[in-house]
Amino acid sequence: MVIESPLLAFLIVAFAVAGSMLVGAKLLRVRAKHSSPLKPTTYECGESPAGPAWVRFHARYYVVALFFVVFDIEAAFLFPWALVVREAGTAGLVAVFSFVAVLMVGWLWAVKKGALRWQ
Amino acid sequence: MNAFLEALLIATVIITVLMTVTAWALWFERKFAARMQSRLGPTMVGKSGLLQPVADLLKLLQKEDILTTHADGLLFNLAPVLAAGAAIGAAAVVPFAPNIVGANLDLGVLFLLAIGAVTVLPVFAAGWGSNNKFALLGGMRAIAQSISYEVPLLLAALVPVILAGSMNLGEIVEYQSKHGWFFAWPFFLGIPAFVLFLLAMLAEANRIPFDIPEAESELVAGVTTEYTGMKFALFYMAEYVHTLVASAVAAALFLGGWDGPFAPGLHWMVAKTLALFVGVYWVRWTLLRFRSDQLMRIAWYFLVPTGVALVAGTAVWVVWRS
Repeated sequence: MVIESPLLAFLIVAFAVAGSMLVGAKLLRVRAKHSSPLKPTTYECGESPAGPAWVRFHARYYVVALFFVVFDIEAAFLFPWALVVREAGTAGLVAVFSFVAVLMVGWLWAVKKGALRWQ
Repeated sequence: MNAFLEALLIATVIITVLMTVTAWALWFERKFAARMQSRLGPTMVGKSGLLQPVADLLKLLQKEDILTTHADGLLFNLAPVLAAGAAIGAAAVVPFAPNIVGANLDLGVLFLLAIGAVTVLPVFAAGWGSNNKFALLGGMRAIAQSISYEVPLLLAALVPVILAGSMNLGEIVEYQSKHGWFFAWPFFLGIPAFVLFLLAMLAEANRIPFDIPEAESELVAGVTTEYTGMKFALFYMAEYVHTLVASAVAAALFLGGWDGPFAPGLHWMVAKTLALFVGVYWVRWTLLRFRSDQLMRIAWYFLVPTGVALVAGTAVWVVWRS
């Protein structure tokens, strides 16, 4: 068997449980006797909806998303090092710290510029 | 094939226990919240309302399944299954006792962080698929919050990984049973990292004070606005399972997992997990909700630099001690 098989088994059961709950609900649900054209309308506080929700929308955290990518990649580099901190010793510390220091300078600059503030 | 069947069996047992605990956690939270507010909570179904979760489940099973005319049916139906499946799947690598673990992965911590980050996708899919403005706003907020708190969560989880020199949760717990819990020693690294992990975990699971994606006083019900019956229940369940699993992970990473005197390991693990779980409830029914911009400011101005400093401090400590 491949090494991942216990994980695969767990995920299969997890999604089967979630899926079977939906199927069970489909079998047991009560069907409405009368349908109304108003019932399946989108909820908007009782008014008829003013247009679809799929419109251009200002995502106010564009810079935050960029920063997330930067720090996520930082973490991707840190994880392998985290396992061998003892073996890597002082040389490893110096290398990783200079890398993180460069990132943190970028972070400081963004804070100074107010780039991370809600716009 | 036998090993696979055995794994399926273990997974079924763990998930069954997890779901049962989740069902009664709902009852417990309602009772707990009621007592905090001088109310009685559920009393009618069974003794002190103990059968309330069963009644709720039966009620939700029968509800009519409504798909709004303008919704994206595929995303709308797929999202709750993905949300619940990913939340339950995260439990795979949690060691409940030395030999009770779904999948003993060497990259357990990484798997947890990955599947924790995946749970935001179904939430946004639900928000987008509903074609409802409240739901879309909730989904947008969920993504903003999740990517902001992902970074402190990663950094906080790095601290025990560096201290134990392993990403296998079982090995991390074993290291703690030999060298003392990370919460107790080195406490100047363990306690701040534990607090940071808890804060980020609350935010990832969308619990108060970080529940801005479904803030009911402004967004109706956030992403779950258009959901009825079992699909709504799946989202609700996913949130509770996520919190429960995250409590178990925090217990394993910082509080020594199954390690403890006088009682079998499983008892200690369950006790620690439930204690953290109750703590999460306590926070929920005590604190107010942060505003969206405050939430982002806390993460990027305070938690991220704290996390970086903690990781650096831990590395220096480990190198200095060896």
